[in-house]
Order: sequence, then structure tokens, then C-alpha cells
Amino acid sequence: MSDYYRSEDLPKFGNVGPDALMEKFFAWYNAVFAEGALTEREKALIALAVAHSVQCPYCIDAYSTTCLEKGANDEQMSEAVHVAAAIRGGSSLVHGVQMKNHVHRLSM
Amino acid sequence: MAGSTLRKRQAALADARRQLARLGEIPLARSFDACAESAGHAPLRSARIQVLQINVGKRCNQVCHHCHVDAGPDRTEVMSREVMEQCLRVLDQTDIQTVDITGGAPELHPDFRWLVGEVRARGRHVMDRCNLTILALPNYADLPEFLAEHEVEIVASLPYYLARRTDAQRGDGVFAGSIEVLRRLNAIGYGRAGSRLRLNLVTNPVGAFLPPKQAPLELEWKRELSRRHGIEFHSLYTITNMPISRFLEFLETSGNTELYMQRLLDAFNPNAVEALMCRTTLSVGWDGVLYDCDFNQMLDLPVDARFPRHIRDFDRAALEGRPIVTAPHCFGCTAGAGSSCGGAIQ
Repeated sequence: MSDYYRSEDLPKFGNVGPDALMEKFFAWYNAVFAEGALTEREKALIALAVAHSVQCPYCIDAYSTTCLEKGANDEQMSEAVHVAAAIRGGSSLVHGVQMKNHVHRLSM
Repeated sequence: MAGSTLRKRQAALADARRQLARLGEIPLARSFDACAESAGHAPLRSARIQVLQINVGKRCNQVCHHCHVDAGPDRTEVMSREVMEQCLRVLDQTDIQTVDITGGAPELHPDFRWLVGEVRARGRHVMDRCNLTILALPNYADLPEFLAEHEVEIVASLPYYLARRTDAQRGDGVFAGSIEVLRRLNAIGYGRAGSRLRLNLVTNPVGAFLPPKQAPLELEWKRELSRRHGIEFHSLYTITNMPISRFLEFLETSGNTELYMQRLLDAFNPNAVEALMCRTTLSVGWDGVLYDCDFNQMLDLPVDARFPRHIRDFDRAALEGRPIVTAPHCFGCTAGAGSSCGGAIQ
């Protein structure tokens, strides 16, 4: 498994194929990250947070660089990661309500 | 903080030939010349000379991590009065309107004020590439007023509007000193809206990545410097770090050289080629040798050998249209929005 997630593999992303599908994917992907109602920097920070949530090493490297190149600073990037962590942690914790409900149903 | 220059540490990369050899061994899919050709410039040639960029020496009061000059307090290269007079003769012979004075910290040159006075007496525009902290040193306390009196445009380096990143690149305490000087410059009219006293800031990325888009960044900087420090300035220039000299040393020690060069190549922007600064700027070294740009100057790459190579032999007709001397570092000026001494190209 040690040959997973090598940095030099990231540029090969476009080679996954088939070409026709990859072209469609990247056309959509690039449109998603273009400046719109959200700035490019805001989108890069969202992507950085999601990258941590899905724990994709490729995405973390790529969007750390992108955030810097869009002018984000260390504090903003760290806060974005905390947002991801808060949602992950919160989503576990809020399931405690399910636990409580179930315990309530079973208990006298 | 690098602490000292490559030269002082006798580092291998102090030798420009070693820098070029290192860049040359990186396997890039396309050469700079091939990319320039794809943009319709085969070969890349100079156009009409609009700016005479004079590097008066490599001495500096700072030792910044990313410095492409390897400037520092230990550097002794200083332009002679004779070479300065040769530069002034070129102004007398031509209609070149702008003189861009750089270094090192150009203000440290004992003839800096004389040179500025002579250029201004000829009615030409002067730009001073200033590191800001030099203006806080006791012997230079009256320099802001001198620059204002001569309406010199100040192009000042400041990596970021927060202290940590700025000091990481330029040394501990540089941010606080720079803010102090910016306040003084504002107080005498520099950087104020509508003022003739132009104050522009230059930011280089603090690391191995490309600069953000210039226009939105300028708005952010204006808001933050005003809000945090009450400082005003006119324009913000984003400049890409050149993979040479001390920045190349950083790339090497951090294991980023190949990645950075690939990043520059991937971000090659054919639309930036037309307005590259080497096409309209002639760079003069401290010893009078002519270069296509200040980066080539630091790599000991003078203008093409078939053309006049010293300011005393200046011949505008001969020099205009000369092929630009290129090497892999040139990708630094064509990446993304492009990069020049005046910031992003597009």
C-alpha cells in the first residue's frame, strides 16, 4: 500500500480516461471553480475544507497551493480546516440524539 | 531570515553558472524558447527601449530570503560615477522617459541623490525600488523629503499586510519598520489619493507558489492596510519569485525546485509574452554591462554578444530588436498573469 498517494501521481489525474469523459469532467470542474457568486478564494477554501473532510491527500496538497495562490493566509486556511473538523465532529455528536431516542424507546 | 548572502557563505549557488546548470538539468517538457515561439515570438526580441533600469550596486541593509540579487551588507559592488555619467549621456541622446533605479538598496549608494538630481534635471521620470527600512536608518532620515522634492516614484517591497509573513521573508522586525516608514511617507503626501507623489507596493509570494490575482489583491491590501495601520498607497504590484539566487537556494533546501519549475511551465501564459519587461527595458549593471533584465544581470547573462554590451557603447538602433537571452528562469515572467517589475502583465 506504500505506493498510494505519491505526489508525483497527482499530475496523472488527467490520464485516468476515457478521454471523452475526462474532458467533460474537467470542463465542469473548471466551471465550478471559476469566479461566480463566490470568489475563487472562497471556493478554494471550501475545497480545502472538503478535502480534509474526505481525507484526500491529493486534494489537500492541491488546494493548499491553490489557497495560497488565491491570496488566502495561514489563519484563513486553518479556520477552513476547523470548519471541516467541526462538521465531522458535530455530525458524530448529533447522532447522540438517535442514541438517546433509541435508549428511550427501550428503557422503562 | 537567511542571515547572510550566498557570497558570504561561499555557497555553491553564489556562482551563477551553478544556478543555470541546476535549472538546465530539470526535465521540462518544453523549453522557454519553444513556448515563446508558440506565442508568436521566434525568437523573443526587444522592442523600443522605454525604461533604463540602473542597478547601482548589490549592497543592502536587509538579507531577504527570496532576493534574486543575493544582496546584503557584505556586498561591495558599487556603480562608479563614470558609469552613471555614461547612463546620463544615454538619456541626453534619447527620449527614454523612465529611469528605474534599483540595487541592493539603491539609496545606500553615495551618489544616489546626485544621480536622481541629474535624471530629474533632464525631465525624466525616476523610480526608486525601495526596501522601506533603509528610510528609517539615521543617515537617511531626510531621504523621504528629498524623494518628494524630486517627485520620485517609490516602488516599495512589502510581502504582506501582516507581520508574520513579511518577517518570514525579509527578517525579524522588518514589518514594523516598514509600517513606520509608510506612515512617514503618507505624512508628506506619498500614496495619498490624487497625490503626484506615487507610492506603489510590491509583493512577492512568501514561498514556492504563484502570486494571487493583482487587482482583487490590491483592493484587499488597501482595505487592510488602511483599517489596521491607517496607511494609503496607490498600486499593488504582484511579482513572481524568480527561481534564481537565494530563492533557488530556498527551493533546493525545501525540495521544491522541480515542482516550482513545473508549476511555472504549467502556468505559461502566451498572452504575457508580448508585454514582457525585457522587451522594453534595458538593464545596466553596476559595472556598466548591459542586460535584457535584472534577472539576467544576476545570472551573468549580458545582452547577445553581437550587440553593444556596455553602456558606454550604447547604440539604440543596434540594441532595439535584439534577440533576448533566455533560460529556464524566464518562465517566472510568463506564469499566470505574467510578472514584471511593474507587477502582473495582464
